[in-house]
Amino acid sequence: MALLNELAKKKEGLVSGHRLCPGCTHSVIMRQVFAAADTDKYDIVVAAATGCFEVSSGLYPYTSWNVPWIHSAFENAASTISGVEAMYRVWKKKGKTNKDIRFIAVASDGGTYDIGLQALSGAIERGHQFLYICNDNNAYQNTGNQRSSATPFGGSTTTSPNGKVKFGKEQPRKDIMSVIEGHHLPYAAQASPSNWRDLMNKVKKALDVNGPTYINVIEPCTTGWGFPPNMAIEMAQLAVDTCVWPLYEVINGKVVINYKPKKKLPVTEYLKPQKRFAHLFKKGNEYLIEEFQRQVDAHWEWLLKREECGIEYGVTKE
Amino acid sequence: MAEKLLNWDEVLIGGVIKDPGNSKQYETGSWRVERPVWNPDTCIQCMFCWVYCPDSAIKVDENGKMAGIDYTYCKGCGICVEQCPSKPKSLKMILEAEAKGKTEEELRKEVFSSEK
Ligand SMILES: Cc1ncc(C[n+]2csc(CCOP(=O)(O)OP(=O)(O)O)c2C)c(N)n1
Ligand code: SF4
Ligand code: SF4
Ligand code: SF4
Ligand SMILES: [Mg+2]
Repeated sequence: MALLNELAKKKEGLVSGHRLCPGCTHSVIMRQVFAAADTDKYDIVVAAATGCFEVSSGLYPYTSWNVPWIHSAFENAASTISGVEAMYRVWKKKGKTNKDIRFIAVASDGGTYDIGLQALSGAIERGHQFLYICNDNNAYQNTGNQRSSATPFGGSTTTSPNGKVKFGKEQPRKDIMSVIEGHHLPYAAQASPSNWRDLMNKVKKALDVNGPTYINVIEPCTTGWGFPPNMAIEMAQLAVDTCVWPLYEVINGKVVINYKPKKKLPVTEYLKPQKRFAHLFKKGNEYLIEEFQRQVDAHWEWLLKREECGIEYGVTKE
Repeated sequence: MAEKLLNWDEVLIGGVIKDPGNSKQYETGSWRVERPVWNPDTCIQCMFCWVYCPDSAIKVDENGKMAGIDYTYCKGCGICVEQCPSKPKSLKMILEAEAKGKTEEELRKEVFSSEK
């Protein structure tokens, strides 16, 4: 990866003037994505699902995008990009274009884990060449922090509130990476904007794969999670250092862990600064933190074992 | 702000916006409650502030080096200050109200007077 000074000279794919909250990381991630893309070699076309990022960066008559960008609905970013990519392939075949174009779909967890899952599954199964990026902020943030299947265990949201009867979300997060992997796609990865070099490597790699690729990115949300805006990157770093958000790749089914914390921090380091977890620290709720830690440890151990095993998918698409 | 909103019959089919990146007409700097002040004397040019800024508000010169804060768009989130690794930090947050009527140079002296 080039030095940041080199990357900073490039024309930005996403510009200022968007209306994301101060300290929102949706744009941080996308800026890193554009910095990583080899835009001397190819052009980028983006499709976006509804969500904070879409409404803040495409507020008519304004757009913050310096590349062709298309939005149609909440649930269909993957279908939208499929259509564009299919048209491009036909144009290429017919000699209507000789441009090299790479396609990116971007959505948050609501538009990916939940309502957009069918469209995404279809697009991967059909084998379109595109990179799907999920900026996972653990809830439906744009409509005011409703629970999604990506909301962590114990997390308080407006539809899984903490109160006298309940303690926040009762279910663990959906393991979307395993769902995606089930399609036996060539490349999937998990990344964090705090570890920009790793994120950029993954984006660059994914954009060069001839087939569908997926990157799940943690997207700390100051407003919904309840931490001060200046701590957004720190929050992502803590998620990585506690193994709440492992950085890894799945290359044809083979797991590669990209970062193993020298000292794996206890999950409380990550939970404590966030208001959505404040109730977990009340007297009598110790068992909830223990359960949270147990889930994180179990998942991390499982990943380590998979890496050690080093096995690829039984069947891959050629 | 845009000069004038389009009439219904001027809006392109599909809500197409023909002018890429035109959100730069919308100046988010007015949202700011606090602002970062930069000290070039201690800056190590790591560009972490640039890579982490959500609002592309770190100015870059022709050599790809940090060249100050773009207060037209900086929303004052403070991420750049938090992530600045130089010792002492080359970015510090002050209240926007304290910056009123002062030049960048004056603010720099005031904020970083104890440092080189
Ligand atoms: C079909 C449909 N249902 C509901 C909505 C309302 N809606 C707009 S954004 C949003 C939440 C988006 O959540 P997520 O995808 O996680 O993105 P985030 O805002 O968190 O970035 C909802 C429910 C919609 N636009 N379309
Ligand atoms: S609510 Fe969260 S995700 Fe949405 S713009 Fe604000 S910080 Fe970003
Ligand atoms: S305070 Fe936030 S918006 Fe302003 S320059 Fe720093 S990181 Fe960018
Ligand atoms: S993060 Fe700090 S040291 Fe690095 S370029 Fe920015 S101001 Fe300079
Ligand atoms: Mg979300």
